[in-house]
Amino acid sequence: MRAKYVLLEMLVGLWRNVTMTIAMIITMIVSLSMLGASLLMYMQVDEMKGHYYEQVEVSIYLEKSIDDAQRSDIKSKLDSDPLVKDVLWETKEMAYENFKEQFRDAPDLVNAIGADELPESFRVALKNPQEFDKINAAYAGLPGVDTVVDQQKLLQKIFDILGSVQNLSLVVAGFMGLAALLLVANTIQVAAYSKRREVAVMKLVGASNWFIQAPFVLEAVFAALLGSILAWVMLVVGKIVLIDGKLAALTDLLLPVSWGNVNLMLPILAGIGSVVSAVTAWVTLRFYIRV
Amino acid sequence: MTKTYPKASRPSLDDVSVSIEKGDFVFFIGPSGSGKSSIVKLMLHEIKPNKGKVIVNGKEISSMRGWKIPSFRRSIGCVFQDFRLLPNKTAYENVAFALEVIGKSKAVARRVVPEVLELVGLGGKEHRYPHELSGGEQQRVAVARAFVNRPLILLADEPTGNLDPDTSIEIMRLLDRINRTGTTVVMVTHDSNIVNQMRRRVIEIEGGRIVRDQARGVYG
Repeated sequence: MRAKYVLLEMLVGLWRNVTMTIAMIITMIVSLSMLGASLLMYMQVDEMKGHYYEQVEVSIYLEKSIDDAQRSDIKSKLDSDPLVKDVLWETKEMAYENFKEQFRDAPDLVNAIGADELPESFRVALKNPQEFDKINAAYAGLPGVDTVVDQQKLLQKIFDILGSVQNLSLVVAGFMGLAALLLVANTIQVAAYSKRREVAVMKLVGASNWFIQAPFVLEAVFAALLGSILAWVMLVVGKIVLIDGKLAALTDLLLPVSWGNVNLMLPILAGIGSVVSAVTAWVTLRFYIRV
Repeated sequence: MTKTYPKASRPSLDDVSVSIEKGDFVFFIGPSGSGKSSIVKLMLHEIKPNKGKVIVNGKEISSMRGWKIPSFRRSIGCVFQDFRLLPNKTAYENVAFALEVIGKSKAVARRVVPEVLELVGLGGKEHRYPHELSGGEQQRVAVARAFVNRPLILLADEPTGNLDPDTSIEIMRLLDRINRTGTTVVMVTHDSNIVNQMRRRVIEIEGGRIVRDQARGVYG
C-alpha cells in the first residue's frame, strides 16, 4: 500500500505540473546525450589509440645517394636497438607498389609519379610508440638518412580534433546539465508547494521524512530515467544516421563506433541522471520541507 | 526554559518552567503575543528552546535527533484554529490519511476511522467534504484526526477561535470526553467563557512569563 501510494503520488505530481516536467525531461535529454556523445568519443579515441599505435611506425627515409654499406650499418643498428620491436626495409619498388595501392582511385596522381621517385625507407615499429624522440636523435644524423618521420604525429592531429569536439560537447553537456538541475529544483519546489497542505498534515501526524519526500524524489528520478532513455535513443539514431550513414567514409579511417559502447551508455546515463537528480531533489526538499 | 525568536528584542518565553501531569487538562491563556502558542510549537518540536529543556512523554525532545521526531509526533495529536483539513478529501479520507501516511493499512483505517468519527459525533457524515460541513463539524473532523492514533497528548491551539460560542462549547465537551479516556489535553486559548466554564487548571502567560498557575482557575 505504501509503495502504491508513493508511486501514485509521483505520477500525479508529474502530471499536475506537466509543462515543467516536459521542460525538465527535454533539458535532461540534451544534456545526457551530449554527455553520452562525449563519453563515446572518449572511448573511441582510446580504442583508436590502441588500434593505431599498434600499427604506427617510424619511417626512416633514406637518401637517394645512399650506398650499401651505409644501409647495412643502419639496418644492423636498428636490429640491435632495444627500443625497436620490428624493422621492415621498404625498397623503392615496394614503396611504389604501396603508393599505387593507396591511391588507386586517383590514377592521375599515380601516373605523375615515376617508379623511381619514391624514397626507400626503414619501417620501424617501436616497443613503446612514445619513444620517438630517442629514435629520432639516434638516427636522424646518420649518413644516408634523409628524414625520420613519426606517423604518430599525423594521428595526433586527428586525435586533437576529436578531443576538442569532445570538450565542446562536455561544455554543452555541463551547461544543459546545470539548466536541467535548476529545472529539477524548481519542479520539486512547485510540486512541494502544490502539496503543501498534505505535507503539513503529514508532518503533523508524524509521517516519516522519507515517506514525505519519496514521491518528490521519485518524480525527479523518473524524469531522469525517461530523459536518459531518450538520450540513449538519440545516440542510437546518431550512430545509425551520422556515423554509419553520412560519415561512413570517415569511419573507415576512424574505426566504427561499436554497438557495445553505445549500449553501455544506457546504464551509465541512467545512473548518472537519476543519482544527480535524486540528490538535487533531496537537497531542495531539505530546504523546502523543514521538519 | 527560554525561547527567543531571531530578530526579536525580547524572549517569547522567558525562563518559563511548568510541568503537566499525565491525564491533566490544562489551559494556557494570555493576550496575543504573550508566548502561549510558542508552547505548542515547542511541544511539537517545531521550534527549539534557546535555553532549557522540553520534556514530553518522558523524552527530552529539545535535543532530539531530526529523524526521531516523526515517530515522537505520533504520540501527540494536534488541533488548530484553522482546522487544517485537506479540502479535496472527505471527512473519512482526512482521518484515514493520517493513518495511512504513518504506515497503517487500509484495513486498520476501515475499522478505526468510523469508530472515531462516531465518537466525535459525525456518524453519517463520513463522506462529506470539508466545504460541506459547518465550522464545528470541520473541527470535529480535525479532533478525530488528532485522536485516531490514540495519542498520549492532545494539543489544541485555539481550537474554538473560529467558532461561535455554542459550537465552541460542543467542541469543549468533546475535548473533555477525550480527556476522560486518559489523554492529556493542553489547550491554548483566549476564550474566557470556555475557561470559566470548564474550571480546569489555568496557566496565564504574559510577556513571556507565567503570571498565574491555578488548579481550578477562571480567566480572571
